[in-house]
Amino acid sequence: MSRDSKRDNHRDTSLDLNRQPVDVKRRKLLTGLGLTAGAVAGSQLLPVTGRYVQAASSEPIRIGFQAHRTGIGASYGRWYERTTIAAAARINDMGGINGRPVEIIVEDDGTDPKRGAEVIEKFATKHKTDVAYGTLFSHVVIGSAPRAGELKMPYFVVSEGHHVASGMLNRYVLQPGITDVKSQVIAMAPWIGDNLGKKVTMIYPDFAFGHDHRDNFSEAIKAQGGEVIEKIAIPPTETSFFKYFPKIPRETEVVYHVMVGPAVLTFVKEMGEFFGANRPEIFGFIDSLEAVDMNSPGLEALDGTYFWEAMPRYATGDEHDAFYRAHVGVNETGASTTDAKDVSTYSHMFGCWETLNIIKRGMEACNYQGPDDRASLIEAVESFETFEKSDNHPQGDKVFNGKTHQAFGAQHISQLNEGKLEVVHTTSIEDGMYEDEVDYTTQSL
Amino acid sequence: MTLSALMPVLDRYFWLHIAVIAALLSLLFVLPEYHSGIMARVMVLVVYALGYNLLFGYTGLLSLGHALYFSAGMYGAGLAIRWLDWSLFPAFFSGIVAATLVALVIGSLALRTIGVAFMIVTMMFAQTGYLLILYFNEYTRGDEGFVIGQAARLIEWGSITVDLSAPDNRYLAAWLVLSLCLLVKLILVRSPTGRVWIGLRENEERARLLGFNPYRYKLSAFVISGIYAGIAGALYAILFGYAGATFASIQYSILPLLWVLLGGAGVVLGPVFGTVVMFYLVDYLSEQTSAYMLFVGVVLVVLVLVAPRGILGSLRRRLLHGLP
Repeated sequence: MSRDSKRDNHRDTSLDLNRQPVDVKRRKLLTGLGLTAGAVAGSQLLPVTGRYVQAASSEPIRIGFQAHRTGIGASYGRWYERTTIAAAARINDMGGINGRPVEIIVEDDGTDPKRGAEVIEKFATKHKTDVAYGTLFSHVVIGSAPRAGELKMPYFVVSEGHHVASGMLNRYVLQPGITDVKSQVIAMAPWIGDNLGKKVTMIYPDFAFGHDHRDNFSEAIKAQGGEVIEKIAIPPTETSFFKYFPKIPRETEVVYHVMVGPAVLTFVKEMGEFFGANRPEIFGFIDSLEAVDMNSPGLEALDGTYFWEAMPRYATGDEHDAFYRAHVGVNETGASTTDAKDVSTYSHMFGCWETLNIIKRGMEACNYQGPDDRASLIEAVESFETFEKSDNHPQGDKVFNGKTHQAFGAQHISQLNEGKLEVVHTTSIEDGMYEDEVDYTTQSL
Repeated sequence: MTLSALMPVLDRYFWLHIAVIAALLSLLFVLPEYHSGIMARVMVLVVYALGYNLLFGYTGLLSLGHALYFSAGMYGAGLAIRWLDWSLFPAFFSGIVAATLVALVIGSLALRTIGVAFMIVTMMFAQTGYLLILYFNEYTRGDEGFVIGQAARLIEWGSITVDLSAPDNRYLAAWLVLSLCLLVKLILVRSPTGRVWIGLRENEERARLLGFNPYRYKLSAFVISGIYAGIAGALYAILFGYAGATFASIQYSILPLLWVLLGGAGVVLGPVFGTVVMFYLVDYLSEQTSAYMLFVGVVLVVLVLVAPRGILGSLRRRLLHGLP
């Protein structure tokens, strides 16, 4: 089968996936989807189960997906789930893992750390999954990680939190598919210092995520000869922000914002109204506007400002990006192919795609057969050093540090022009690297 | 106390409670791994609900801020381990002390109000506590929380080491604490003080006319309830290795109210059944639909209509007359 015809078949699969909200509630969905996709993709001459006959066991590889279906992380969770289903369908289409189909078992963690820990227990002791995977919100990761370690359940998170590389967690927790916030922040500082200005005022939410930005960026911009001249922490319960803007010093050259949560649109709207035409340079993290249409009313004031993106929301013409978009069902503006108003969380969800491919590579490297091989899987992934840009890793090349269990990759800075984000700079991987803070390989398995 | 003096206490309902405690222990040996793990967690939360029931079910005070005392226990233990390297027992007791002090201070202020004002004041204090945890992020790690390592969750006596992160040990520890809390609560509600609490719930003016000081008795119920919440919070941190601000949020103030309403307010064993039923309701429905909380809400509404006194409250009315 030619590459093009294969892609066409993949597109057909993604169309099916776009209609999956009802089906996904059934746990056997992915086996079925994978097998269906497999049949469509070119194994028409074989009975479906014949695709896996080379495996010692035809039992599926069970991957427990800890999903934020409800709670504050639901908008991210929905796209994480969609990406996961697409990635698993493609893996099944390619013959599964070690000749066995992949089955994704979804449990809602409610974006709650208690429920998150319960879900990990459920994966380990009820669903008997081989690994757990997928979590985004840091407090859910940190609340779940102790149970994953105790149950010796490999726990692949897609969180971008620094908690993995900081050494807070344990050997069974890995983050190989997405960079962490510390890396992202320090990679931004050189470009901001060189191009936007050296006197920075930071506006951030007054909780751990915002504090990570504050601490890491302050240090990084200082290394560039700049300084953070004001740090404005916004309480998480705040709904109006006008009273904070007068605190921005007049000599500010760059406003750095990283607000998240339901009030973020109000924040950017009020910031635009406050500054009017005479504003300093503005740089933000796209976390503020993930799943938000950049043409939403009130965002006009952000035109000409800059954003960090891990993966450009607007298509750049890259072949691997196009391949990934087609599979997940995302159009060239970062919205769903079936609903242009349904904007994806494009700078985060690729981590699910890449992490599943790393799990596959790890299981194949250690010839994973079942839960008894979980420790071998951890060691196999720890031995990885690079992930090359490909259909498996559409975001780009990555360096993986087996000691800290953390991946490092390139970051992008995009400018918002007439409602469209355009990449103006891409960092090197080295820009985001930092000293090891832990060596998990010294912990017993 | 003579045996004859104890006889009214050692009645069939006392033995019913002992039977429930024995049944909970036996579950460790018969339940599949998943369910025994869940029961360990549920038993910790039952301790929280038992305390809430003392205040709400027996004294008639509806607090919307008990997450504050749960989190005071959790952080009292967790921070002592994280920053002071305290061993398990001193940390556990520091959690209880923290919850006691917070409940004493907040209770002495909040009990100057009544009714809706009491609910709002307790909620506002809890919200303040939640924001303080976020504010002191440097120590608490704010919303992210922090992990309590396995090494801090060991009980060491000479050459004997008990690892509380091991499933069976965790279950037994949760069961032991729950059993003690359940029996203490049974004794409390049947004691003269417990009778006064019930009297205050039924008719505060009459209790006052009889010479009881309502403020003092309500404060005692408030503080003891806070201690139960603190025990549960400290135990959760130690058994499950995590402390986080989520546990101080309003959601965790509402949950014990629901557990108590479901199981039966003013019935000692009510929260045991309420917490278990609610957990499995959420666990099962979340497998079926992402709108599971909607269905949980419908179930609760139906329950209120069909059995407004909760599961055991309704049973007491029809079958188990005199169940404490």
